[in-house]
Amino acid sequence: MAHSFLLEIGVEEMPAHVVTPSIEQLAQRVTKYLKEQRIEFGELKQYATPRRLAILLTDLADKQPDIDTEVKGPAKKIAQDADGNWTKAAIGFTRGQGLSVDDITFKEIKGTEYVYVEKHIAGKTVNEVLSGLKDIIMAMNFPTMMKWSTHKFEFVRPIKWLVALLDSQVIPFSILNVATGNQTKGHRFLGHDITLNQATDYEGALEHEFVIADQDARKQLIRQQIEKIATDNKWHVQPDEDLLEEVNNLVEWPTAFSGHFDEKYLELPDEVLITSMKDHQRFFFARDQAGALLPNFISVRNGNDQFLDNVVRGNERVLTARLEDAQFFYQEDQQVTVDEYVERLKNVSFHDKISTMFEKMQRVSVLATMFGQQLNLTDNELAELKRASQIYKFDLTTGMVGEFAELQGVMGEKYALLKGEPAAVATAIREHYMPISAEGELPETQIGSILAIADKLDSILSFFAVGMIPSGSNDPYALRRQAFGIVRIIADKQWHLPLLNIASVFSDAMKTASVVPTFDVTVHANEVSDFIKDRIKQLFSHQGIRHDIVEAATESTQSDIENVIEAQQAIDTAKNTDGFKASVEALTRVMRISKKADFAEDQLTVDAKLFENPSEIALHDQVAALSDHFAAQSVTAKLTGLLDLRTAIDAYFDENMIMADDEQVRDNRLKQLKKLSNMILSVANLDALIVK
Amino acid sequence: MTKKLPVQEIILTLQKYWSQQGCMLMQSYDTEKGAGTMSPYTFLRAIGPEPWNAAYVEPSRRPADGRYGDNPNRLYQHHQFQVIMKPSPDNIQELYLNSLRELGIEPLEHDIRFVEDNWENPSMGCAGVGWEVWLDGMEVTQFTYFQVVGGLQMDPVAAEVTYGLERLSQYIQDVNNVFDLEWTDGVLYGDIFKEPEYEHSKYSFEMSNQEMLLQFFESYEAEAQRLIKAGLVHPAYDYVLKCSHTFNLLDARGAVSVTERAGYLSRIRNLARMIARAFVAERKKLGFPLIKDEAKRQALLADDKEEK
Repeated sequence: MAHSFLLEIGVEEMPAHVVTPSIEQLAQRVTKYLKEQRIEFGELKQYATPRRLAILLTDLADKQPDIDTEVKGPAKKIAQDADGNWTKAAIGFTRGQGLSVDDITFKEIKGTEYVYVEKHIAGKTVNEVLSGLKDIIMAMNFPTMMKWSTHKFEFVRPIKWLVALLDSQVIPFSILNVATGNQTKGHRFLGHDITLNQATDYEGALEHEFVIADQDARKQLIRQQIEKIATDNKWHVQPDEDLLEEVNNLVEWPTAFSGHFDEKYLELPDEVLITSMKDHQRFFFARDQAGALLPNFISVRNGNDQFLDNVVRGNERVLTARLEDAQFFYQEDQQVTVDEYVERLKNVSFHDKISTMFEKMQRVSVLATMFGQQLNLTDNELAELKRASQIYKFDLTTGMVGEFAELQGVMGEKYALLKGEPAAVATAIREHYMPISAEGELPETQIGSILAIADKLDSILSFFAVGMIPSGSNDPYALRRQAFGIVRIIADKQWHLPLLNIASVFSDAMKTASVVPTFDVTVHANEVSDFIKDRIKQLFSHQGIRHDIVEAATESTQSDIENVIEAQQAIDTAKNTDGFKASVEALTRVMRISKKADFAEDQLTVDAKLFENPSEIALHDQVAALSDHFAAQSVTAKLTGLLDLRTAIDAYFDENMIMADDEQVRDNRLKQLKKLSNMILSVANLDALIVK
Repeated sequence: MTKKLPVQEIILTLQKYWSQQGCMLMQSYDTEKGAGTMSPYTFLRAIGPEPWNAAYVEPSRRPADGRYGDNPNRLYQHHQFQVIMKPSPDNIQELYLNSLRELGIEPLEHDIRFVEDNWENPSMGCAGVGWEVWLDGMEVTQFTYFQVVGGLQMDPVAAEVTYGLERLSQYIQDVNNVFDLEWTDGVLYGDIFKEPEYEHSKYSFEMSNQEMLLQFFESYEAEAQRLIKAGLVHPAYDYVLKCSHTFNLLDARGAVSVTERAGYLSRIRNLARMIARAFVAERKKLGFPLIKDEAKRQALLADDKEEK
């Protein structure tokens, strides 16, 4: 007969963000365990609240299926003596299988007869298997684990009760001093303890005691309650999904309610109001039909609608105190000049081992100006970029950002505008943090983008300089994310900047500008370059680019990220054209043989007087023609030009023995090929391509 | 909430309640500190295998939070009601909720939530896991299961419940400005504390003698180190508290540069760690007298011998 089974772990309130991953973890672990144990079941239903993780299994099998199997024993001549009596070997074998000599049969394998027994292994009962869930629970992992009381065992929060109920029967096991039973708990304040008669009574019995255990149903209810309040008041409320998820995991019996605050606080920037409501108080904010913020909010109580006035008043008061603080800071902050704030950055640390924020800005200013010039900004734009780079962290010392750290950049923009800074400068201050996450929005303006690149590069370079280089999962300052941000901005803007050799450029620029403290990152130049290249690879792999094309594009001698990206695109486009394979083979032949040539770039002068046949003249002339305009050409044009050399290269190899006996001739040919090879490598390492 | 309890009634109610739960009522410790956790009745007693249940009011000084008595919610010195129970009782949450009922806060009439908030005090080498307790959206209590104190893993684990007395009182008395709280019949919080708030803020932000404080820090640190070597754990700890408060004064004044800041914190942390270890050693030497289960006591002392 099919069974139902309920497992519930009752805990002290879990962190809201841990609830959903934890119930999924439990469901996966139980499913895996039952599969290993060969216990069939129909459905697994998950239930999760801040105080409980539960699963309900239905159509659960009685027991593991029995196994009938044949076991091979000793050879017949060993199993029986000359008189046909069973030997000790035979008796021992059957006893070991829990059988007797009466069960023996013989089977012939390759002319020898062997003892065989038919063995029947009865499947374990479901009861026995389920009691093994103890270890499954105890093996669970959480982002933060804790110990409590006198126990050494760690879990997400202290375990308060356990329910393990097979139909109406308790599956007994204990974790620490908590034994399984059929008793669960209702809502902390509204409900009572519950004795469950049947595993399947769970959801209904809990609802009776003011717990909506089904997380999806609970979330849906909250959504409806919020919608109703919004509709009744003609407000526009767009519940933030992350906040909804968090609120859902802070309550077992949700009741949404609304409150308001004094209209005078609406003069505060929207971001301040929203942060106060959403991030600090977990409120949903409301807008009017035109999209303007209203002095109202919606929150969700963990309880019913009784005494709601107290709850509304309390929440209003807390919000008002926060907004009062914010307004105080907003007014006070405006009394101080931007330059005074910048001065205070001399006392704000970027990192203890690196420098102050003020010193960081000085470095970034040098980098940003350099990039601005390389990108041919106008004098006016350069002036704005310079101003932005000299003040862009100023809001860190304002009272508002001291209180609302998440508004860094946002307040910088607002205050900069209020202080009469140019709009481009103000925007750049906000944009320099972007993208804030791996997939986050990119800066839009030119100055903001340059500042964003320079700020992130400085972080990477200065951390590398003091030896704090990310390794494995250890990247506390999110330098990988910052490098990825740089790559994404470059790809978006299609800017040509020599960033892959930035380590030495940076070190020199800092020395020239006499910025203190100076850093020399040149010893880490290759690591920095590889670090950024790895992020370019990440970008390509997000786009589903073929692995060998990724390798070919990133293993060039390019220092320009945009050229690497363009090389990848050019190869991707060219790869299906006629003759691509043959051309790549010709070019890679050049690359391979030229590895034998050990000449510096300035030694690569080919002497026409040493030519022995027309194929040498042809290749020389074609390479020279290509090389004349090479640097100025687009990557696609470069690649096309190189691929077009195929006929000349093939003829060259057909007509000439590269490793000629005459040393002068040999070196002349190697120089020719090396020159060409260097051109190829500046576009892509075509040798990494797999052409079939 | 029918009657509005004055602050001192709130304190008396909490004291009576927690003493009924088996807590010893200690008095505020007489050295300046930033939080009730830093009292030796918590910091030292949380360490080691001996049980410890205590409750006390702790005036807590945070120079950088001073607002010259102008801000309705921020103070140079506020009061914490501190409860520490080791090992943490299984029903500690219920005990806490009952304490709110004693204060006239009936959970069914409010919204009470336990919102994750893991606590850390790097300068004392402490970390814990727990919640801030929200009462109708206001954080009124910090609730922590200590995991590490003075760099030592907790075994057994102590639970700490810290009520912010001003916040809780403001809620109970329905008062928006802390200085309007009624301390007792006819005497307001502001009557007692407004002037000291102003003066301490003035001192911390404008008048403190930085050179003297820097010198003090060095001397206190040297003294603490000397006393640790001499095996005088408690006087040594007093000097660590003095280091900590002196640092807070320097910090409020903006006298500590960023790079130095981390250095100071790590110096305090090193002292706290040394003291934590010395304290356990001292208790062992005394034979863990607070462990009343003789077999367990002997087992722990035997462990100790094997380790040596």
